[in-house]
Order: sequence, then structure tokens, then C-alpha cells
Amino acid sequence: MKEQQSLSYGSYVLVWLALVVLTSVTVTIAGMHLGALSIATAIFIALIKGSLVVYYFMNLKNEDVMFRVMLLVALVTLTVIMVFTFFDISFR
Amino acid sequence: MSNTADPVSYLDYQGRHKGILGWILSTDHKRIGILYMISMLSFFGVGVILGLLMRIELLMPGMTIVTPRVYNSLFTLHGMIMIFLFIIPGLPAVFGNFFLPLQIGAEDVAFPRLNLASWWIYMLGAAVALTSLFVGGGAPDTGWTFYVPYSVRSGTNVTLAVTGAFILGFSSILTGINFITTIHRLRAPGMSFTRMPLFVWTLYSTAWIQILATPVLAITLLLVIAERTLGLGLFDPAKGGDPILYQHLFWIYSHPAVYIMILPGMGVVSEIIPTFARKDIFGYKAIAISSLLIAFVGYLVWGHHMFTSGISDTARWIFSLLTFLVAIPSGIKIFNWVATLYKGSIDLRPPFLFTLTFIFLFSIGGLTGLVTGALATDVHVHDTYFVVGHFHYVMFGGTGMAFLAALLYWWPKMFGIMYNEKWIWRSWAFIFVGFNMLYFPMLIQGWMGHPRRYYDYVPRFHATHIVATVGSWVLVTGLLIFAITLFRSFKSRVPAPSNPWGGRTLEWTTTSPPPLLNFTQIPTVTRGPYEPAPTPTGGETS
Repeated sequence: MKEQQSLSYGSYVLVWLALVVLTSVTVTIAGMHLGALSIATAIFIALIKGSLVVYYFMNLKNEDVMFRVMLLVALVTLTVIMVFTFFDISFR
Repeated sequence: MSNTADPVSYLDYQGRHKGILGWILSTDHKRIGILYMISMLSFFGVGVILGLLMRIELLMPGMTIVTPRVYNSLFTLHGMIMIFLFIIPGLPAVFGNFFLPLQIGAEDVAFPRLNLASWWIYMLGAAVALTSLFVGGGAPDTGWTFYVPYSVRSGTNVTLAVTGAFILGFSSILTGINFITTIHRLRAPGMSFTRMPLFVWTLYSTAWIQILATPVLAITLLLVIAERTLGLGLFDPAKGGDPILYQHLFWIYSHPAVYIMILPGMGVVSEIIPTFARKDIFGYKAIAISSLLIAFVGYLVWGHHMFTSGISDTARWIFSLLTFLVAIPSGIKIFNWVATLYKGSIDLRPPFLFTLTFIFLFSIGGLTGLVTGALATDVHVHDTYFVVGHFHYVMFGGTGMAFLAALLYWWPKMFGIMYNEKWIWRSWAFIFVGFNMLYFPMLIQGWMGHPRRYYDYVPRFHATHIVATVGSWVLVTGLLIFAITLFRSFKSRVPAPSNPWGGRTLEWTTTSPPPLLNFTQIPTVTRGPYEPAPTPTGGETS
């Protein structure tokens, strides 16, 4: 692992604010009745929020490439699972 | 061979605790492997007895020994015990624990205490699952798949059984984390990824599945508990839920879990074949990468369990098409194994005999898998005895035979003693004949339209049921001879040399049984795992 480089408190607060704003966006969009797009939008925003948490709060930013690759594998797997489930639900 | 100059073996080592505490509190990976082995084989014995009872019930049409309600519980418990307590943890927990550090030249796994915790969690999960037999509404009767809506409505102890499976999942995840870390961090100097034994490659692939897929099962089982206790309606169409969603979630885990079961078996075969063909393995890299490919493709095909469930046509043909992709890496393995045997100096000893049995039976399982994986044919054989036959050819004929082969191959290393090979040959004859008498008729019955899990049947299936039931007795006789032969080796105590089969991987360079920290000196690796050593070390026989 690389030397721990902690962020300033200000940066953490900024990330937190971004998460709050994104949550508001999710709630707002949920009320807009976008049809099939509403799920895709919610997942996309959740992905951004999750990435911010993992990258900053869980310190992935300062980890080795190996850890990033491992996380990527998990994310790709999850994406595949969701996409394939939607092959059924969307075409039923 | 062991001698007085060797360091004290892990079996004789006296740590802080003595007696049974020295085992159940030990963080030595070898002792933990044996703890798993004893626990799993005990559960396996229970599963076999339940299977025998089912076969006796099916010997005659109508009621033979149990009521329909008890029969439903019998096949549920047989499935639960065999799958969650034996075959999923089976090879990685027993032989992975014991031999992973030995094969990569490490002193132990990366997290020894976590490893011990995994065993305790496994035992806790098993205890909770088995408690469901004896309390409240009685043993669950849903089948091991816990399909909704019945699992939500059943008055039996589904919640407790599901909780047990949930706990068992944690043991699996922790073992996976431990193995991946061990493989990345604790390889001996010179042991690059392309010099790792193929068993280690399969453990690596399996560990990834354990980590990535098991949480999906955990969530699914929690949802069933939530449905039963809170009535959320997640799977209830009347409340806006979707019962097929349960099947998606269940098979998202349980199909990759099939590869958790079979991949380490393939690893065992890849170890045994070069040893008994006296050759370097053919296509090392192809076999190694095919393990990763199987693990990956295994995530894409779960829908083939659901062709008749009401999923969309688009999903059906996509899942059917993808299912055939699994045949490619599986074929890579089979062809490379056969190519390794070509022009080899074959020594037909018991571990190799069971390995050949694996290839034969697993091939039948694989080929019948094409029938169930193809959409056009599966709709006819779905939920028939054909699926039961196919599954047992793959799981028992595949993983089960690999487990027996691994036991025979590594027994001398684990305990420092040899067994009577003639009696193992006799047990094999019973096992092979009994196995095919038991399961091949199921393929025929299924093809003729006999639904699975039915308590009763029409007279035209009577003859095949008699053959199958008699086959189960022959098979169990073989398993008993096998077990007694291994038990008797403790009595006869014929000492095993350090390398009785002429194996070339690192575990054969240490004493039998190994010392506490595996090697007197951490080895430096300078060659591929199956290449001959510069100075011959093998060839000794008992």
C-alpha cells in the first residue's frame, strides 16, 4: 500500500456535499416519471455516489493498482448480473 | 521418508492446547483442513443415509417406508446437506486448506485465525441448519432451492434452515478472502503465477466466485426470511412483487456455485494426471486460464435453470446461447488432460483410477448438460429425473470422484501412512457399478417424462426404480469399503515416503506428514510445477 495521504477536512466536506446534492437529484428524478429511464438514471447516480464513497472515504485513491483492479472486477460482475436480469424483465 | 532428524510433524506437535482442544482451537491450516474433512464426511454420511431412505421409499409404488410429508423433507435435507455442507465447501475447505500453502511454499494461509473462525462459522451454520429438523414445524420440505411462493407459505422450519445457509455463506466468503490473499502475498521466492500448480489456479478462481457470488445468496435468503416474518411482498404479485425475481437471485449465486463445486475437482485432476502419466502437463497456461474463464462465464448462464419459469423469450435464447460458452473452457481442460496422457508412462494406481473415473462420469454429466442447457430440449426434460441424473453425474461423478481421488492422492502426505491399494480397487468396482446403476436409469426415466421430487409413480417406471435402488446399495457398499480401507491404514500404519507417487509439486518435497511450518526452509522455485526436477526425487512406491 502507498503511504497514507489523508485529504483535508475541506475536501471531505465537499465530497459529502456532493453526495447530498446527488441524493436530492435522485429524489427529484424519481418524481419525474421517466419510465424505463428512471431506473437507469437512479443506478447511474448511485454509481457516482458509490464511487465517491469508495474513492475518498474508503481511501481507494491511495491504494495500489491491484486493489483498484479487484474492485473493478466486483463492479463488472455486479453490472453483468444486473444487465442480464434486465434482459428478462425488460422483454417479458 | 520421516526419520528422527525431521522436525516434529503437525500431527505430533504439542501447542498451547492438548487433546481435542489442540485441534478445534488450532490455527494450523493442516489441522483446520482435517477438521473440515471430519465434519464434512460426517455430514456426507448423513446425506447418504437420507438418500438411501429415499431410494428405499421409491423401491415400490405407493407408500413403502415413509409418508409423502417425510419424503419431501428427505429430499430437501439430502440436497441441503450435500450441497451446503459437503460439496460447496468440500475440496477448497479440506484440500485447499491443507495443500494451498504447501503447494505455493508458504508456512500457513495469510489469516490463520480467520481460517479457524471460518470453520467455527461453518459448524455454527451446520448446527442451525440441522436444528431445523428437530424443532417447531419440523424439517423443511421446500427442496434445497427454497423456491417462493412455497418457501414463504410452508409451515415447516424454513426460516431456521435458511438462516443456517446464510451463516454458512460467511464461512465460504472468509475462506475465499483468505485464499486470494494467500496466493497474492505468500508465494515462495520464484513461484510466479505461471509456476503455480493448477490446483492453486482453480482455488484462486473458486475463491473469486466465493467472494463475489455468495453475498447474492445471503441477500436472497434474508429476503425470504423477511417475506416469511414481515410479509413484505417482494415476491408476491398481489403486492407488486415478482416470484421469478427470487429464482433470478437464487441462481445468480447457485449457478456460479456449481463452479465452486467443480473447479477445485478439475484442479485435483490436473495434479494427478501429470504425476501418473510421468509427464509435464500439456497446455499448462490454457488449463490455468480456462479456470478463470469458467469462473467468469459461470456468471452469465444462470437463466438456463429458469427456461420454463416464465422469463422472457429474449432472456431464454440469450442464456441458452451463453450456456454453450461453458463448453469451451471445459473442453480445453478435457482435451489437455487427454493430451497429457498421450505417450505418457501411465501408472494405474488408485488416485489415477478415480481420476479416470472422474473424466468418464463428468463427460456424461457434461454431455447431458448440453441437453438441459439447450432451450429446445430443456423444456421437455425440465424438472424430470433427467435433471437429477445429470446433476449427480456432474456433482457426484465429477466433484465426488475428484474428492475421493484427492483423498487417495494426498492421504500419504496428510497422515504419513499408506493404504491397501487392492481394497481400494475393490471399492472402486462397487462404486463405479453402483453409481451407474443408480443414476443412469434416472436419465432414462426423465427422458420418458418421470417428474422429479414425486413421491409416487406409475407402474411403467417400476423396473428402472428397482435398478436404481439396488444400485444405491452397491454404491454405498463401495463407499463403505473405501472408508474402512482408509480407516484400517491407521491401524496397519505402513509408513509413507515423502513422495510415494513421484509428484513434482512442492508438497512432495517435504516430509509425510509435514512439519508444523510445512518446510524446514522456505523453498526457492526455479521451474514449472510439473517439469521434472533437475535431480530425480520421485518414483518411490510403498
